[in-house]
Amino acid sequence: MTTQAPLRLAEIDERVRSALSSDRPRRPSALAVSLTFAWRTLLKMRHVPEQLFDVTAFPIMFTLMFTYLFGGAIAGSTRAYLQFLLPGIVVQTVVFITMYSAAGLNTDISNGIFDRFRSMPIWRPAPLVGSFLGDAVRYSMASLIVIVVGLILGFRPGGGALGVVAAVGLLLVFAFSLGWIWALFGLIMRTPNGVMMSSMMVLFPLTFASSIFVDPRTMPWWLQRFVNVNPITLMATAERGLMAGTATVGQVVVVLAVSAAIVAIFAPITMYRYRNLR
Amino acid sequence: MPARRSPAVAIEASGLVKSFGETRAVDGVDLTVRTGTVYGVLGPNGAGKTTTLRMLATLLVPDAGSARVLGHDIVREADAVRGRVSLTGQFASVDDDLTGAENLILLGRLMGYSRARARERADALLHAFGLTEAADRLVRTYSGGMRRRLDIPASIVVTPDLLFLDEPTTGLDPRSRNQLWDIVRLLVAEGTTVLLTTQYLDEADQLAERLAIIDRGRVIAEGTVEEIKASVGSGVLHVRLGDPERRPAAAALLERSLNLTTYSEGDPARLSARVSAGEEVTRALDVLARNGIPVTAFSFGQPSLDEVFLALTGHRTADDAAEEVTA
Repeated sequence: MTTQAPLRLAEIDERVRSALSSDRPRRPSALAVSLTFAWRTLLKMRHVPEQLFDVTAFPIMFTLMFTYLFGGAIAGSTRAYLQFLLPGIVVQTVVFITMYSAAGLNTDISNGIFDRFRSMPIWRPAPLVGSFLGDAVRYSMASLIVIVVGLILGFRPGGGALGVVAAVGLLLVFAFSLGWIWALFGLIMRTPNGVMMSSMMVLFPLTFASSIFVDPRTMPWWLQRFVNVNPITLMATAERGLMAGTATVGQVVVVLAVSAAIVAIFAPITMYRYRNLR
Repeated sequence: MPARRSPAVAIEASGLVKSFGETRAVDGVDLTVRTGTVYGVLGPNGAGKTTTLRMLATLLVPDAGSARVLGHDIVREADAVRGRVSLTGQFASVDDDLTGAENLILLGRLMGYSRARARERADALLHAFGLTEAADRLVRTYSGGMRRRLDIPASIVVTPDLLFLDEPTTGLDPRSRNQLWDIVRLLVAEGTTVLLTTQYLDEADQLAERLAIIDRGRVIAEGTVEEIKASVGSGVLHVRLGDPERRPAAAALLERSLNLTTYSEGDPARLSARVSAGEEVTRALDVLARNGIPVTAFSFGQPSLDEVFLALTGHRTADDAAEEVTA
């Protein structure tokens, strides 16, 4: 016993000594670091796949409920309503998942892993940008699930596969810009639950007071005023247009402009908060 | 092995101040840490240790004062500082939703290693820290001690020139604690400078060559462990009196005849005295016995942080906490 202890200690010493690095790698580029963070997001998705089911079960429920409960009343027939509703539901689905990303960010901050990232010599926005990039995969998968359900129920996009792909692509750009807003929430709030609650409060009125479920022309004038400038409406209109193959350049450009404006406003504020985390 | 040459002074901080709202968490801290040494920052909870460390690790920008870490200004050259330091936070900062190996590969990739080299580094570190078997398990299934054990390799994927350790042994069992101390010594032998915060004088004694004692955001004592101990007394004698009524008499006796500083605690039968050498213990016990004051039990130990505080500031850490609660 007495001779064994020091031997074992020496062995640990030797192992640790040989595990010390003798080299110093070159600092990776901003893109390489962002992609590494995107990889991290994908790994997490693979390890915790339940997350994706959580966020897609809800929109599938919505599609079924609205189509069959209200479809007849709103659009005359459930089939006609589905053509109108489905692109909007895709938008709603993705917009809601962006919020889950913010909750994840908040967890990263509270368990200290962001301290480690922030003390590393890497491009500062990389952890955020990388997680947005990784989330794009999650958003695409969720869109795909909702679209497939739609196709099964009888949704027939006039824009064909290309139109649908373009619609999802535009939605990813819009989701990327929203990411900066929720990231700010994630940085300010104390708990992931707080993030969910507060972004819910923003998202519920925004998605319902939009053109996702009903044509704004059926609403009172004062509500129309709001609904018509609501970014979610702009996004839903472009999404619908692209999927139906009737989108105008103006519809697409306005979404890109809104997304650019959101990034221009929120990215600096979010990065300021990120640099000055307590 | 840090390849880059380092200046003789690894950390030089002067007048660091950081407030959060009304609270001045750090209130003018000066520190000088020589390269290649372990420096301890000792203090109770809320003293400003972590905030000081976070400023030096470039996670917080000081409100006033300045500091250079490895020759770089922590504000203007924060990125250069980050390139050479590493941080192990108070809570294991590893990713729960990744496996142990993935955690280390991720960090290796972020530091600029190729995929293959990052994998190699991860394997070597997991082996060194006895985590090979748990390598492919999600960290959320790890025990607290294992998470802590992963935290250290996570900080040395690229061996840093300066390592910040924030209360590294809080919550560790004695065996893991000894292992961690060993690893710290080894890193220092290989050329890394370590700044560690701790609540235990014992830990500072084991590792640090010099230490600063922080209270309410200020450095109240600084020096080698020996110097600090000399100012406090190398130990404390606790005695348990057979007759609590005799405590004032016993205290007076020790103060008068041996010139010891005594203090009485909540337990009426308990009396403590600061002693500077072992022989004072026998003399104190002898004096009590010869004057007919029976002692039922005694113990002699290193001064606790609390006793260091009492000696240096005249107040106890626990009392402070109580004051804060009632205020």
